[in-house]
Amino acid sequence: MSPVSSASKVMAIDEIAGSLESGMTIGIGGWGSRRKPMALVRAICNSPVTDLTVISYGGPDVGLLCAYGKVRRLVTAFVTLDTIPLEPHFRQARQNGDIQLTEYDEGMFMFGLYAAAHRLPFLPTPAGLGSDVLKVNPELRTIRSPYEDGQELVAVPALTMDVALVHMNRADARGNAQYLGPDPYMDDLFAKAADRTYVSCERLVDTGDLLKEGPLQSLLISRSQVTGVVETPNGAHFTTCEPDHERDEAFQKLYAKAAADPAEWTAFRERFLSGDEAAYQDAVRTWQEESR
Amino acid sequence: MTTATRAEICAVACAELFRGDGEIVAAAVAGFVPMLGSRLARATFEPDLLTTDGGPVLSAEPVPLGRSATGIEGWLPFRDHLWLVLNGRRHVVMGPVQIDPFGNTNISCIGDWERPKRQLLGVRGGPGNTLLNTTSYWVPKHSTRVFTEKVDFVSGIGHDRGAHEIRAVVTNLAVLDFATPTRRMRLRSVHPGVSVSDVVGNTGFDLDVPADVPETRLPTPDELQVMREVLDPKALREREVPS
Repeated sequence: MSPVSSASKVMAIDEIAGSLESGMTIGIGGWGSRRKPMALVRAICNSPVTDLTVISYGGPDVGLLCAYGKVRRLVTAFVTLDTIPLEPHFRQARQNGDIQLTEYDEGMFMFGLYAAAHRLPFLPTPAGLGSDVLKVNPELRTIRSPYEDGQELVAVPALTMDVALVHMNRADARGNAQYLGPDPYMDDLFAKAADRTYVSCERLVDTGDLLKEGPLQSLLISRSQVTGVVETPNGAHFTTCEPDHERDEAFQKLYAKAAADPAEWTAFRERFLSGDEAAYQDAVRTWQEESR
Repeated sequence: MTTATRAEICAVACAELFRGDGEIVAAAVAGFVPMLGSRLARATFEPDLLTTDGGPVLSAEPVPLGRSATGIEGWLPFRDHLWLVLNGRRHVVMGPVQIDPFGNTNISCIGDWERPKRQLLGVRGGPGNTLLNTTSYWVPKHSTRVFTEKVDFVSGIGHDRGAHEIRAVVTNLAVLDFATPTRRMRLRSVHPGVSVSDVVGNTGFDLDVPADVPETRLPTPDELQVMREVLDPKALREREVPS
C-alpha cells in the first residue's frame, strides 16, 4: 500500500477570487457563451482586483469583466454570445477606448496556448499571414522553416498566464476534473499553460465515482495542474454546461438587452450581481419563476 | 411543386459552391441558407461531403436545420476544426460585414481598429480559413455597405493577399466570383427577377460585368422537395431571405 494523499484543494469562491492580484494575467476557459466559469468571474467582478490582462475565447466572461472595469488588456480572437452574435459590454469597452486589445486568429490563439502548455517560447503557424492581425500586433515575428520548403510562418508567442479559471462538470477534492459535454474547448491547455489553475465544477464527487458518468477520455485535467477546486452548481450560468444545463437563452437575452442600456444595466446589476453567488442563483430562480 | 422562392434559389446556389469537393468538411457557419445549401449538396450531388448539425458532431446523414444529429459518424470539437484549417480538407462559408473587389473581408470592426466606431465579432478564424481553406461567402442583403472599395480591417484575406481560393460570393441578388485575369470580382449570374443594374447599383465598387450575364439556375423539383420536406420543413431559409 502506498500512502494516499488526503490533501484537499477545495476552496471557497471568494478565496479563489481573493487570491488574485491586480495586474495579473488571467486565462478563462470555455468558448463564447459555452461552459464559462461564470461564478468565479462574478466573484472577481465584486472583488477589488483590477488592471487584468484577460486571455479568452471571449463570451459574457469578457463582457462582465469589461463592465466592471477589470480589464486593462484583452487577448482574444472574438467575443460573442453565440446565439446573440455581439457582446454589448465588450463593444462599449472597445468603442470607448477603455481596453487594449491583442487580436489573434482563433488558430493562432490555440497555438499560443499549446506553446505555453508545453513551455515552448512559440509555435509556428501560417494562419495570420496576409491579414491585418500582423499589422495591429507589430510585436509578432515571422520565422522561416529551416527545411527545404523554406516556408514563412508566424511565430505565435506562448500565451503564458498567472492564473487559469475553468468550469468542469465534475471534479474531485484533489482537483482531477472531468467534462461530460460534447467539447473540451481548450480548457486542458489553459490549465497546463497557467502557473495556477482553479477549477469550478457542477458537482464535487469522490475520485472513485469519476468514471461512473463518463469514459476515461473525459478526465480532461489532472490534479497536478490544479491549485484549487470549488463546487458551484449552475456556476456556468447563463452559458452552456451540457449535460448539466443548457444555455439559459431567456436570461442571456435579458443580460444582453440590459447591457446595451446604462439605466437597465444599473437595475440588472442591482438585482442579480450585488450579492454573492448564492444570492445570484436565488435572484435567477426568482426571475425564472416570475417569467414563467 | 410551386415556383421556387428567392431563398430556395440562394440555397441551391450555396449547394453549388460544394460541387466537386468530395470528402471534405463543409463548414457553412454563415447562416441558415449556406447551412441548408451544404446539406442539400450532400443529400443530392455531393454525397461524400462531411457535414455537422451545427455542433461538434459529424452527422451520419444531412440533418434538418435546427435539429440535432441522431446518427453520428464523427467528432469535431473546436480544436479539431482549428487543426483541420491547417490540414486543408475543409471548405468554409463565412458572412462578411464588408468585402472588397479582391475578396478581402472584415468581421472585426468598423472604423479605426485602435478605437473602432463599431466593434464587431473580432477576426475569429478568418485569417487562417482564407489563407489555407477554400472559402466562400454568403451575404443575405447585398448592399453598398457590404460591397466596399476598401475594408476597414482585413480579417479574411483576398486573392491579392494570398488567399487559398475564394470560390464565390452568394447573395440575395446574385452569384459573384473571381474568374477574371486580375482576380477582381465578377458578376457570374443574377437570380431570376433581378437585373444586372440592381446588382451593380448595390455594389460599392466597379464590378466586372460580362456582356452576357446568365440567370442563376432554378432548383430542380427534387431539390425543392428535399429542402421543403426533409432538410428545412420549418422554412428557416425564408427568414434569412424574405421573398
